[in-house]
Amino acid sequence: MAQNTGTPLVEMRDISISFGGIKAVDHVTVDLYPGEVVGLLGHNGAGKSTLIKILSGAYKADAGSIFVNGQKAEIATPRDAKSYGIETIYQTLALADNVDAAANLFLGRELLSPWGTLDDVAMEAATRQVMGRLNPNFRKFKEPVKALSGGQRQSVAIARAIHFNAKILIMDEPTAALGPQETAQVGELIKQLKAEGIGIFLISHDLHDVFDLADRVSVMKNGKLVGSARTTDVSQDDVLGMIILGKCPPGATRGPGAISEKELAAVGAHL
Amino acid sequence: MSDQATARATAPSGSPPQAKTTSFLSAMEVDVRFLGMLGALAVIWIGFDLLSGGTFLTPRNLWNLSVQTASVAVMATGMVLVIVTRNIDLSVGSVLGVTGMIMAVVQSSYLTPMLGFDHPLVWILTLVIGIMAGAIIGGAQGYVIAYLGVPAFIVTLGGLLVWRGAAWWVASGKTIPLTDNNFKLIGGGAEGAIGATWSWAIAAVACVLIALAAFHARRQRQRFRFPLKPVWAEVSTVAVGITAVVAATMVVNSYTLPPVLARRYAEANAIPLPADGSALSIPFGYAVPVLLAIGIGIAMTFVATRTRFGRYVFAIGGNPEAAELAGINTRRVTMMIFALMGALAAIGAAISTARLTSATNAQGTLDELYTIAAAVIGGTSLAGGAGTIAGAMLGALVMQSLQSGMVLLGLDTPLQNIVVGIVLVIAVWLDTMYRKRIR
Ligand SMILES: Nc1ncnc2c1ncn2[C@@H]1O[C@H](COP(=O)(O)OP(=O)(O)OP(=O)(O)O)[C@@H](O)[C@H]1O
Ligand SMILES: [Mg+2]
Repeated sequence: MAQNTGTPLVEMRDISISFGGIKAVDHVTVDLYPGEVVGLLGHNGAGKSTLIKILSGAYKADAGSIFVNGQKAEIATPRDAKSYGIETIYQTLALADNVDAAANLFLGRELLSPWGTLDDVAMEAATRQVMGRLNPNFRKFKEPVKALSGGQRQSVAIARAIHFNAKILIMDEPTAALGPQETAQVGELIKQLKAEGIGIFLISHDLHDVFDLADRVSVMKNGKLVGSARTTDVSQDDVLGMIILGKCPPGATRGPGAISEKELAAVGAHL
Repeated sequence: MSDQATARATAPSGSPPQAKTTSFLSAMEVDVRFLGMLGALAVIWIGFDLLSGGTFLTPRNLWNLSVQTASVAVMATGMVLVIVTRNIDLSVGSVLGVTGMIMAVVQSSYLTPMLGFDHPLVWILTLVIGIMAGAIIGGAQGYVIAYLGVPAFIVTLGGLLVWRGAAWWVASGKTIPLTDNNFKLIGGGAEGAIGATWSWAIAAVACVLIALAAFHARRQRQRFRFPLKPVWAEVSTVAVGITAVVAATMVVNSYTLPPVLARRYAEANAIPLPADGSALSIPFGYAVPVLLAIGIGIAMTFVATRTRFGRYVFAIGGNPEAAELAGINTRRVTMMIFALMGALAAIGAAISTARLTSATNAQGTLDELYTIAAAVIGGTSLAGGAGTIAGAMLGALVMQSLQSGMVLLGLDTPLQNIVVGIVLVIAVWLDTMYRKRIR
């Protein structure tokens, strides 16, 4: 288990963002230590993807700050995030459908030949290597990505995130489209990366997987943080209570989104 | 990476390459769509030849066809990139008009008087100033599209009116004749062709390059032990390319100067007339604008397929959001595409101005539509993300063949427009069917 002492790898402090009138993320604070997996949980539309998109540079937060290794980090664009070693597997995968796996893997970071032209052959060779680690059955290196299955596309998105020596990895439902064997492989991969000291934010709806892989969980509800807890200190039922009711169990640290005892009693009366 | 991972990555799990030939066409790695277009072109050419009683497939007509296609073909190469990124440029005809006018005015009022008649710098500076003007105009439109977020359709529709008006304003509606004879060579004509010897020299270079390119591609794949094309397929592809080059050279070299011009040319260049009094045969060879268009086509293909910029253009067309998230500066790329389109419109303007030997007010009118049609007939998808430079240039040749053929048959202009319009719709319909089938 990772030691949560010293400076966190990432700390997102008091982050808020709203779209129009909707407060998608409302004063959320989460952190992540080296070699740690933090599961981000919450109902659909809780604001998980929005929160991590702020870390990956896709959105700019309205308020709050981000610290990387204790230093305040200015992340305005995806390029900024990558320069901090933050790599992201987006829920939507964010692949260019009309080009092949290698082109997607190296998109924005193409390998160039000594003459400054694209070195497609070298990129394909590297892609074959990294895909061999993830999905050994993968063969469609020449086809545009739109000709791939959902799971194959997801493998390409994962390959892209792990190929560039990430220090911080964000995985937004990385196994949603994967078969059991490939899911197990991604589980193995996460453990491997963790052992290398990489910090991982893992968003998933599969509580079982999260308890298997994560050291801590943070639960969001309606854009607010319900609470955070070590997976050893709470049960799966406790976490379900956090997700569905916003009820913070004794083993967890309370967040602003947790409901009070009085509200809980009112909810209980309705049930 | 952990030791375990590296060990696994270097293991043959990265899919051992294997050469498996499924069919003749896939072994040759031929683009079926491109082949289809060549077939359509053959049908059009043979059809017109039959209808016109054998006057279409003559060296003279084919040579003229090649020269007439050059300007739109050059612009179509840029339109591919514009359409691939899900944009459109309706202003190219007007940009051609205004840059043509700028070049003619700069040349006749400033450069020739300053530098002297037919000074070699005149044509170079005229071209440079024209291309810069085109790039600035295109870049300005691109800025409004990319950074201010106004749709390309609207910005370039505005541009269509603005630059046509500006062309009038540059010369108060007058027709401006060119003064520099070197510059006129860009337009073709008897002078603007390179003759038989140079044509063969260029053909030889082209053949060597075709063979070298195939060899280099094969070596690259060998370097990483990727599947290779069978040798026979490689050889036949190269052979087809070389045959096409030789055939084209033979055609342009069998179009000879008319006797009067030939005699004048011989006198000017101190070539002895045949002693037996038979007609002098001086071949045209490739026209300068055609070589210019082919050169630009090769350069643009290189840009589109071998450079980062080209990769970004296609990625943006495939998924703009993904391109942005991958860290690509999509706005800058968009602006650069429009600047490039403007520069290419200026080169188109140089060709058509030089061919007419003057800049006129109506020059380039409707060219935007021919350019867009050429790109779309050439397989560029209006949904974005797909298209080739070679296809668009072939599309330009198809459009021009239709028009020239109908002129040859003596069809009225209104009827020509009707036919071109219908053909465009049918071509895109066929393409849509094809795309559905391969998906
Ligand atoms: N670009 C956007 N514009 C407007 N509203 C948005 C945008 N992105 C997200 N939202 C809103 O923000 C809220 C949080 O969305 P988000 O995608 O973060 O949820 P999530 O927790 O990832 O849900 P899921 O489990 O379904 O992926 C939702 O109400 C959503 O409608
Ligand atoms: Mg989400």
